Amino acid sequence: MADKKTLTFSIMDAPYENARTVTALRMIDIAAKRGYNVNVFAYEGAVGLAFTKQAAHPNTVHGHDVDEEDHPLPKEWIASIMKTAKANGGKVDWINCGLCVDERGVAEAVEGTRRGTPGDLWKFAEASDGTLIIGAK
Amino acid sequence: MKVLQVIDTAYRCTVEEQDDPVVWITAAMKGAGGDLSVLLRGNAVNYAVRGQDASGLAFGDRKQSQPPRIDRDVKRLTEKGVAVYLVQEDALERGIEPNEVVDGVEKISRSKIAGLFDQFDHIWHW
Repeated sequence: MADKKTLTFSIMDAPYENARTVTALRMIDIAAKRGYNVNVFAYEGAVGLAFTKQAAHPNTVHGHDVDEEDHPLPKEWIASIMKTAKANGGKVDWINCGLCVDERGVAEAVEGTRRGTPGDLWKFAEASDGTLIIGAK
Repeated sequence: MKVLQVIDTAYRCTVEEQDDPVVWITAAMKGAGGDLSVLLRGNAVNYAVRGQDASGLAFGDRKQSQPPRIDRDVKRLTEKGVAVYLVQEDALERGIEPNEVVDGVEKISRSKIAGLFDQFDHIWHW
Protein backbone atom coordinates (compact mmCIF):
# COMPACT_ATOMS: atom_id res chain seq x y z
CA MET A 1 0.00 0.00 0.00
CA ALA A 2 1.73 3.14 -1.24
CA ASP A 3 0.08 5.45 1.24
CA LYS A 4 0.35 3.12 4.21
CA LYS A 5 0.84 5.18 7.32
CA THR A 6 2.38 4.48 10.67
CA LEU A 7 0.67 6.29 13.51
CA THR A 8 1.58 6.48 17.17
CA PHE A 9 -0.85 7.11 19.98
CA SER A 10 0.02 7.58 23.62
CA ILE A 11 -2.91 7.20 25.99
CA MET A 12 -2.99 7.81 29.70
CA ASP A 13 -6.50 7.48 31.09
CA ALA A 14 -7.52 4.43 33.10
CA PRO A 15 -10.41 2.32 31.77
CA TYR A 16 -13.97 3.30 32.68
CA GLU A 17 -13.01 6.84 33.67
CA ASN A 18 -13.19 9.06 30.64
CA ALA A 19 -14.58 9.43 27.13
CA ARG A 20 -11.04 10.04 25.89
CA THR A 21 -10.40 6.30 26.09
CA VAL A 22 -13.18 5.38 23.69
CA THR A 23 -12.26 8.28 21.41
CA ALA A 24 -8.67 7.06 21.27
CA LEU A 25 -9.77 3.50 20.55
CA ARG A 26 -12.12 4.75 17.80
CA MET A 27 -9.19 6.48 16.10
CA ILE A 28 -6.96 3.43 16.52
CA ASP A 29 -9.75 1.25 15.11
CA ILE A 30 -10.16 3.47 12.04
CA ALA A 31 -6.43 3.30 11.42
CA ALA A 32 -6.56 -0.48 11.79
CA LYS A 33 -9.43 -0.70 9.28
CA ARG A 34 -7.33 1.27 6.81
CA GLY A 35 -4.48 -1.20 7.22
CA TYR A 36 -2.19 1.32 8.82
CA ASN A 37 0.49 0.29 11.25
CA VAL A 38 -0.45 1.61 14.66
CA ASN A 39 1.79 2.00 17.69
CA VAL A 40 0.25 2.50 21.09
CA PHE A 41 2.14 3.49 24.21
CA ALA A 42 -0.12 3.00 27.21
CA TYR A 43 1.07 5.15 30.08
CA GLU A 44 -0.08 5.35 33.69
CA GLY A 45 -3.69 4.20 34.16
CA ALA A 46 -4.06 3.25 30.50
CA VAL A 47 -2.02 0.10 31.15
CA GLY A 48 -5.22 -1.26 32.71
CA LEU A 49 -6.92 -1.28 29.33
CA ALA A 50 -5.25 -4.52 28.30
CA PHE A 51 -5.53 -6.24 31.70
CA THR A 52 -6.89 -9.73 31.16
CA LYS A 53 -8.64 -10.02 34.53
CA GLN A 54 -11.32 -7.49 33.57
CA ALA A 55 -14.66 -9.19 34.10
CA ALA A 56 -18.15 -8.48 32.83
CA HIS A 57 -20.88 -8.02 35.43
CA PRO A 58 -24.65 -8.05 35.64
CA ASN A 59 -26.46 -4.74 36.02
CA THR A 60 -29.47 -4.80 38.30
CA VAL A 61 -30.28 -1.15 37.58
CA HIS A 62 -30.68 -2.12 33.93
CA GLY A 63 -32.49 -5.31 34.92
CA HIS A 64 -29.88 -7.36 33.08
CA ASP A 65 -28.01 -10.50 34.02
CA VAL A 66 -24.39 -10.76 32.95
CA ASP A 67 -25.23 -12.11 29.49
CA GLU A 68 -27.96 -9.57 28.81
CA GLU A 69 -25.77 -6.71 29.94
CA ASP A 70 -22.92 -7.85 27.67
CA HIS A 71 -20.68 -5.34 29.38
CA PRO A 72 -17.85 -3.95 27.23
CA LEU A 73 -14.35 -4.86 28.31
CA PRO A 74 -11.46 -2.80 26.94
CA LYS A 75 -9.27 -5.92 26.77
CA GLU A 76 -11.73 -7.38 24.26
CA TRP A 77 -11.80 -4.16 22.25
CA ILE A 78 -8.00 -4.19 22.06
CA ALA A 79 -7.89 -7.82 20.96
CA SER A 80 -10.53 -7.10 18.34
CA ILE A 81 -8.69 -4.04 17.03
CA MET A 82 -5.54 -6.15 16.71
CA LYS A 83 -7.45 -8.70 14.64
CA THR A 84 -8.86 -5.93 12.48
CA ALA A 85 -5.40 -4.55 11.82
CA LYS A 86 -4.06 -7.96 10.87
CA ALA A 87 -7.01 -8.68 8.58
CA ASN A 88 -6.36 -5.42 6.75
CA GLY A 89 -2.64 -5.92 6.33
CA GLY A 90 -1.53 -3.71 9.18
CA LYS A 91 -0.56 -4.27 12.77
CA VAL A 92 -1.00 -2.80 16.21
CA ASP A 93 2.14 -2.70 18.33
CA TRP A 94 0.80 -2.06 21.81
CA ILE A 95 3.31 -1.33 24.59
CA ASN A 96 2.38 -0.98 28.22
CA CYS A 97 4.71 1.14 30.35
CA GLY A 98 6.36 -1.53 32.50
CA LEU A 99 6.72 0.49 35.68
CA CYS A 100 3.10 1.63 35.38
CA VAL A 101 2.07 -2.02 35.07
CA ASP A 102 4.04 -3.04 38.14
CA GLU A 103 2.70 -0.33 40.42
CA ARG A 104 -0.86 -1.28 39.47
CA GLY A 105 -0.38 -5.06 39.52
CA VAL A 106 -1.79 -5.51 36.02
CA ALA A 107 0.92 -7.62 34.44
CA GLU A 108 -1.52 -10.06 32.85
CA ALA A 109 -2.16 -8.38 29.52
CA VAL A 110 -3.87 -9.22 26.27
CA GLU A 111 -1.84 -11.42 23.94
CA GLY A 112 0.08 -9.33 21.46
CA THR A 113 0.73 -6.47 23.87
CA ARG A 114 4.10 -6.11 25.54
CA ARG A 115 6.00 -4.24 28.23
CA GLY A 116 8.20 -1.30 27.44
CA THR A 117 9.77 1.96 28.53
CA PRO A 118 9.49 5.66 27.64
CA GLY A 119 12.34 5.07 25.20
CA ASP A 120 9.91 2.97 23.17
CA LEU A 121 7.54 5.92 22.87
CA TRP A 122 10.40 7.99 21.51
CA LYS A 123 11.30 5.26 18.98
CA PHE A 124 7.65 4.88 17.98
CA ALA A 125 7.36 8.61 17.32
CA GLU A 126 10.58 8.77 15.34
CA ALA A 127 9.34 6.00 13.05
CA SER A 128 5.82 7.38 12.59
CA ASP A 129 4.07 9.68 10.17
CA GLY A 130 2.15 11.20 13.04
CA THR A 131 1.99 11.01 16.83
CA LEU A 132 -0.93 11.94 19.04
CA ILE A 133 -0.54 12.27 22.80
CA ILE A 134 -3.79 11.92 24.75
CA GLY A 135 -3.01 12.84 28.32
CA ALA A 136 -5.20 12.40 31.38
CA LYS A 137 -6.61 15.70 32.66
CA MET B 1 13.06 15.04 15.82
CA LYS B 2 12.43 17.87 18.28
CA VAL B 3 9.50 17.59 20.65
CA LEU B 4 7.91 20.20 22.89
CA GLN B 5 6.09 18.69 25.85
CA VAL B 6 3.25 20.99 26.92
CA ILE B 7 2.13 20.53 30.52
CA ASP B 8 -0.87 22.37 31.88
CA THR B 9 -2.50 19.79 34.12
CA ALA B 10 -0.72 20.21 37.44
CA TYR B 11 -0.18 17.83 40.35
CA ARG B 12 -1.74 14.90 38.50
CA CYS B 13 -1.01 11.89 40.73
CA THR B 14 2.17 13.52 42.00
CA VAL B 15 1.79 12.24 45.55
CA GLU B 16 1.25 8.64 44.45
CA GLU B 17 4.00 8.72 41.83
CA GLN B 18 6.31 10.95 43.87
CA ASP B 19 6.86 12.98 40.72
CA ASP B 20 4.89 14.37 37.80
CA PRO B 21 4.46 11.68 35.12
CA VAL B 22 5.14 14.04 32.22
CA VAL B 23 8.20 15.58 33.83
CA TRP B 24 9.30 12.02 34.58
CA ILE B 25 8.75 10.64 31.08
CA THR B 26 10.55 13.66 29.66
CA ALA B 27 13.62 12.85 31.74
CA ALA B 28 13.37 9.17 30.78
CA MET B 29 13.09 9.90 27.05
CA LYS B 30 15.93 12.42 27.28
CA GLY B 31 18.01 9.63 28.79
CA ALA B 32 17.02 7.44 25.82
CA GLY B 33 18.41 10.01 23.39
CA GLY B 34 15.36 12.20 22.84
CA ASP B 35 15.51 15.88 22.00
CA LEU B 36 12.81 17.40 24.17
CA SER B 37 11.80 20.69 25.70
CA VAL B 38 8.99 21.52 28.11
CA LEU B 39 6.45 24.32 28.22
CA LEU B 40 4.73 24.90 31.57
CA ARG B 41 1.44 26.71 31.18
CA GLY B 42 -1.80 27.11 33.10
CA ASN B 43 -1.70 25.65 36.60
CA ALA B 44 1.50 23.77 35.79
CA VAL B 45 3.52 27.00 35.99
CA ASN B 46 3.52 26.26 39.71
CA TYR B 47 5.90 23.38 39.03
CA ALA B 48 8.70 25.91 38.65
CA VAL B 49 8.15 27.59 42.01
CA ARG B 50 11.16 27.14 44.24
CA GLY B 51 10.88 25.61 47.70
CA GLN B 52 7.77 23.45 47.39
CA ASP B 53 7.24 21.06 50.25
CA ALA B 54 4.81 18.16 49.90
CA SER B 55 6.19 16.20 52.83
CA GLY B 56 4.27 15.03 55.84
CA LEU B 57 1.73 12.65 54.37
CA ALA B 58 0.92 9.71 56.62
CA PHE B 59 -1.90 7.21 56.73
CA GLY B 60 -1.73 5.52 60.10
CA ASP B 61 1.87 4.51 60.63
CA ARG B 62 2.63 4.50 56.91
CA LYS B 63 4.54 7.70 56.29
CA GLN B 64 5.65 8.91 52.89
CA SER B 65 9.43 9.09 52.98
CA GLN B 66 10.03 10.33 49.42
CA PRO B 67 7.44 13.01 48.71
CA PRO B 68 7.40 14.65 45.30
CA ARG B 69 9.85 17.49 44.76
CA ILE B 70 8.63 18.88 41.49
CA ASP B 71 10.74 22.04 41.61
CA ARG B 72 13.84 19.89 42.02
CA ASP B 73 12.75 17.66 39.13
CA VAL B 74 12.17 20.69 36.88
CA LYS B 75 15.61 22.02 37.74
CA ARG B 76 17.14 18.62 37.02
CA LEU B 77 15.53 18.66 33.59
CA THR B 78 17.26 21.93 32.80
CA GLU B 79 20.54 20.52 34.08
CA LYS B 80 20.13 17.57 31.69
CA GLY B 81 19.81 19.93 28.76
CA VAL B 82 16.03 20.02 28.52
CA ALA B 83 14.91 23.60 27.89
CA VAL B 84 12.00 24.46 30.20
CA TYR B 85 9.76 27.39 29.31
CA LEU B 86 7.13 28.99 31.50
CA VAL B 87 4.28 31.24 30.37
CA GLN B 88 4.92 34.47 32.20
CA GLU B 89 1.33 35.73 32.24
CA ASP B 90 0.06 32.41 33.64
CA ALA B 91 2.58 32.72 36.48
CA LEU B 92 1.74 36.35 37.26
CA GLU B 93 -2.01 35.61 37.27
CA ARG B 94 -1.30 33.07 40.01
CA GLY B 95 0.80 35.45 42.07
CA ILE B 96 4.10 33.84 41.11
CA GLU B 97 6.85 36.42 40.84
CA PRO B 98 9.83 35.86 38.52
CA ASN B 99 12.24 35.67 41.47
CA GLU B 100 10.33 32.67 42.89
CA VAL B 101 11.05 30.49 39.87
CA VAL B 102 13.85 27.92 39.89
CA ASP B 103 16.99 28.85 37.99
CA GLY B 104 17.23 27.74 34.39
CA VAL B 105 13.56 28.14 33.49
CA GLU B 106 12.96 30.56 30.63
CA LYS B 107 9.95 32.85 30.98
CA ILE B 108 8.11 33.61 27.77
CA SER B 109 5.12 35.74 26.95
CA ARG B 110 1.89 34.19 25.63
CA SER B 111 2.42 36.11 22.44
CA LYS B 112 5.61 34.11 21.83
CA ILE B 113 4.04 30.65 22.17
CA ALA B 114 3.19 30.28 18.49
CA GLY B 115 6.76 31.16 17.57
CA LEU B 116 8.04 28.65 20.10
CA PHE B 117 5.82 25.90 18.64
CA ASP B 118 7.27 26.64 15.23
CA GLN B 119 10.71 25.55 16.46
CA PHE B 120 9.58 21.97 17.04
CA ASP B 121 8.63 19.00 14.84
CA HIS B 122 6.06 17.73 17.35
CA ILE B 123 3.95 19.36 20.04
CA TRP B 124 2.85 16.81 22.62
CA HIS B 125 0.11 18.24 24.80
CA TRP B 126 -0.29 16.04 27.85
